[in-house]
Amino acid sequence: MKLYFKYMAMLLKSQMQYKASFLMTALGQFLVSFTAFFGVYFMFDRFHSVDGFTFSQILICFSITLMAYSITECFARGFDLFPRLIQSGNLDRILVRPRGEIFQVLTANMEFSRVGRLIQAIWMLVIAVSASEIQWTVDKILTVVMMLIGGVAVFAALFVLYAGISFFTIEGLEFMNIFTNGSLEFGKYPVSIYGEGILKFYTYVIPIALFQYYPFLYLIGRSEDVRLIFLPLLGFLFLILCYLFFRFGLRRYKSTGS
Amino acid sequence: MIELRNINKTFKVAKRNAGFSEAVKALFKKDYTYIHALRDVSFTIGDGEMVGYIGPNGAGKSSTIKIMSGILTPDSGECVINGRTPWKERVSHVREIGVVFGQRSQLWWDVPVIDSFELIRDIYKVEEGQYKKTLSGLIELLDIGEIVKTPARQLSLGQRMRCEIAASLLHSPKILFLDEPTIGLDAVSKIAVREFIKTINRENKTTVILTTHDMQDIEALTERIILIGRGRILLDGSLSALKSRNSSHKTLRVDYVGEGLPASEQMTVIKDLNGHGEMLIDTDRLSVSEAISYISSRVEIKDLSVVGETIDETVVSLYKEFEI
Repeated sequence: MKLYFKYMAMLLKSQMQYKASFLMTALGQFLVSFTAFFGVYFMFDRFHSVDGFTFSQILICFSITLMAYSITECFARGFDLFPRLIQSGNLDRILVRPRGEIFQVLTANMEFSRVGRLIQAIWMLVIAVSASEIQWTVDKILTVVMMLIGGVAVFAALFVLYAGISFFTIEGLEFMNIFTNGSLEFGKYPVSIYGEGILKFYTYVIPIALFQYYPFLYLIGRSEDVRLIFLPLLGFLFLILCYLFFRFGLRRYKSTGS
Repeated sequence: MIELRNINKTFKVAKRNAGFSEAVKALFKKDYTYIHALRDVSFTIGDGEMVGYIGPNGAGKSSTIKIMSGILTPDSGECVINGRTPWKERVSHVREIGVVFGQRSQLWWDVPVIDSFELIRDIYKVEEGQYKKTLSGLIELLDIGEIVKTPARQLSLGQRMRCEIAASLLHSPKILFLDEPTIGLDAVSKIAVREFIKTINRENKTTVILTTHDMQDIEALTERIILIGRGRILLDGSLSALKSRNSSHKTLRVDYVGEGLPASEQMTVIKDLNGHGEMLIDTDRLSVSEAISYISSRVEIKDLSVVGETIDETVVSLYKEFEI
């Protein structure tokens, strides 16, 4: 863990070499999420509710997804940039160092400018929480925490999956963005509003509904089922599956190389 | 102790023809060709040895290095290095080896080199006292005291390579793999790097395995060479044995005053023009000194030099001999 922070300090030092670039990127990240927020805002200005959800409810859902995504992006960026690690041959360098592969991939890249997005998410969550009519009892707070943890697990799993696929093909990886960025886009609203099919897809194939939709129902009081609070933890199951897939890919890399 | 026994490695390579429609087709169905990168590669390298591993591009040098450093798993065969199989016990194995890829950096690009060194110290869990000792030794030997405070991106290639080598030795490895360490360096840096490699091999008894295309590296550094071509070990022996193998002919370059160079059965005139000439002598049948006295009896020699086959030529003729 100490080493993790040392890596972090190293990457921070590197990125601070280009201070202007860092600030611009952070600002850009902030603004991008901001426009998304406005998108939601203007729509509600016109419609007042979407599929029975009010503006403040949607905002909670949105900010939790955004926050989970930006936390994941901050620390699991190494997996997101994994194809580059393979292409540049730096994976070889990782393999000749006496530390775990996962640890080294995680520390190969950290994106501190994503802090812009994170600030945006926190800010939005604060607004959403203060605007909502939810009674903040212990179980509701726990639900939000669980949603965040589950969200990080699922997004991290998607990154790991992405990295795993890049062992097999570098070309055509763009399609994976449907799942990573797509999940973020879809995750802005409770996935049920897109219809039964999409809800099923995001429950059983890419389980973002597990942390985003079902516990959300409990949070806003549409459901009384307490089990929903812990549903996001199933995201870790998905993470384990994706991790196993990554291990499989790594073994294959070791026997092909280049 | 490094032992390789009958290592085989095959790569599957996708291929397609040029053109857009071919690219689309390749999305669904790929044709593969199989490349036998290594076939039955076996050799043994003892502790403290310095070995030059040479061969043309694509011969399998890098694959062998990658197998020995635990990056690749071979299809079949055994590889035991200091009692371990590299790809099975990767973490404990790599703790004892250092690897320098001449074309890839292990330094963090944007921070001073010394910061990279310190992170490497933490990665390898090198003890502080030991680290200081090793570092000051390396700084002195490689003459990098001035440049370690500079970010890696601002170093010249020669400076960077010296820092790379230092970085891979901070944990005092028993074995050092150098994959083309002098590639792209100028003469001064090359000599500095060579001298350094010699020193650590002599003083720390570090086993050094060196791949290179630079025959001067080989000549300056190694006693033993292993030649690989098309995935097979073609030759494993001392450098002098390799040289003598193809040197049954020598060329005499002569400046003279007289009628013209004399030819005989054992020596042929290659070139003879305005008092400058070259003669090829079959040294199996005629010694060089006999040839010289024979020539001097016919013409007046002004200047004379004996040109042996350079190691480059030896290697090229070996490539030819093995048809690689």
